[in-house]
Amino acid sequence: MTLNATTSHTVGPYYHIGLTWLNREDLANAGTLGERVAITGQVVDGNGDVVNDAMLEVWQANAAGKYDHPEDDQDKALDPNFEGFGRVPVDGEGRFRFSTIKPGSVPGLKGTTQAPHLVVLVFARGLVKHLLTRIYFDGEAANGDDPLLACVPAERRRTLVAKADAAGVYQWNVVLQGTDEETVFFDY
Amino acid sequence: MSDKPGYRRPQAGTQPDYLHPAYQSTNLRSPSKPLVFLPHSLSEITGPTIGAERIAEHDNDLTAQHDGEPQGERIIIHGRVLDENGLPVPGILVEIWQANAAGRYNHKRDLHDAPLDPNFTGTGRTVTDADGWYQFQTIKPGAYPWGNHHNAWRPAHIHFSLFGPSVLTRLVTQMYFPGDPLLAYDPIYNCVPDTSAKERLIASFDLEKTVPHYALGYRWDIVLRGRDATPMEK
Ligand SMILES: [Fe+2]
Repeated sequence: MTLNATTSHTVGPYYHIGLTWLNREDLANAGTLGERVAITGQVVDGNGDVVNDAMLEVWQANAAGKYDHPEDDQDKALDPNFEGFGRVPVDGEGRFRFSTIKPGSVPGLKGTTQAPHLVVLVFARGLVKHLLTRIYFDGEAANGDDPLLACVPAERRRTLVAKADAAGVYQWNVVLQGTDEETVFFDY
Repeated sequence: MSDKPGYRRPQAGTQPDYLHPAYQSTNLRSPSKPLVFLPHSLSEITGPTIGAERIAEHDNDLTAQHDGEPQGERIIIHGRVLDENGLPVPGILVEIWQANAAGRYNHKRDLHDAPLDPNFTGTGRTVTDADGWYQFQTIKPGAYPWGNHHNAWRPAHIHFSLFGPSVLTRLVTQMYFPGDPLLAYDPIYNCVPDTSAKERLIASFDLEKTVPHYALGYRWDIVLRGRDATPMEK
């Protein structure tokens, strides 16, 4: 039997009623292994106006590069203090901020290795289907060999790479639409 | 190690394009540049597993979350979550939210001039059982106006959010009710061309699930993306 997946519809403006119970400011806890990172940014639309009713979902591996999921059969340790998931709301100015640990490298397809990254889903009123993108970390040597970054036009790769500011906080924005800075979104 | 299978790509016409001008909010929020094709790696065939341990007693009964009963027509919605290969999807989180019987959301940004109901929040969640079944008890939400175009009204609907076994099965959608005259005019319901895909968003009345002298039953099945039979390449 072959069925077709149910059609996606927007979360609309009132998703908070159903979804904010899984919001997380910090995906890690005091016992989580790994290098702490804070990531902040803003969601904007095609006019550069802030999007104050968006929501992000973040999924990532632990510091060893292992996903807390049965499909990950790598011989690496799970971290009992890390699930790797969180919902991240935006405020009235479309800003978000969350803390986590930097994930380890995970395998890619065909024997490749992926640079440390977070998978990010973007939901909002006006997004009939959620967007999928990634956050990589500026300065990671492995970025140069990442098989997915290699699929992205070179001039657009920077939209996927968070840069640390003077205080060490990674900056990464979600530009839903735009001439130059539009974030790279993936056909998943 | 050979690569594990990815997920089937959507059948044409069954999933919306990001730009759908009739739904005005898409005009400035849809990407204008080409999407980059994503091969399905370990990062996407995994995903959060949020199970029954986080669900509390009345989470799937939206009529039992306050001291009194909410206003409105009591209903039971149930159905089965399957994947595209027809297999049940057990143990996954299903979250819902909805307007009250008057068509008003318990949300500070909802300014519709209709009464709030002190006995109704509109939040529900549950986990599918071993055969993929879920069930909620709630009240039928009212239709409500919105600013998309002149005299725009959303048909009565319940918002659904499901995880499934991976990032790629994540689904947020809306369930509608049979016979609603507003469906024909709704740009969100009509955001895909495939008629059968649209009609699968409408629950069916379920007499067997209907409880005499108590509540009307509705059946709504949900399909999540399914795995490819074989890995794309060795
Ligand atoms: Fe709604």
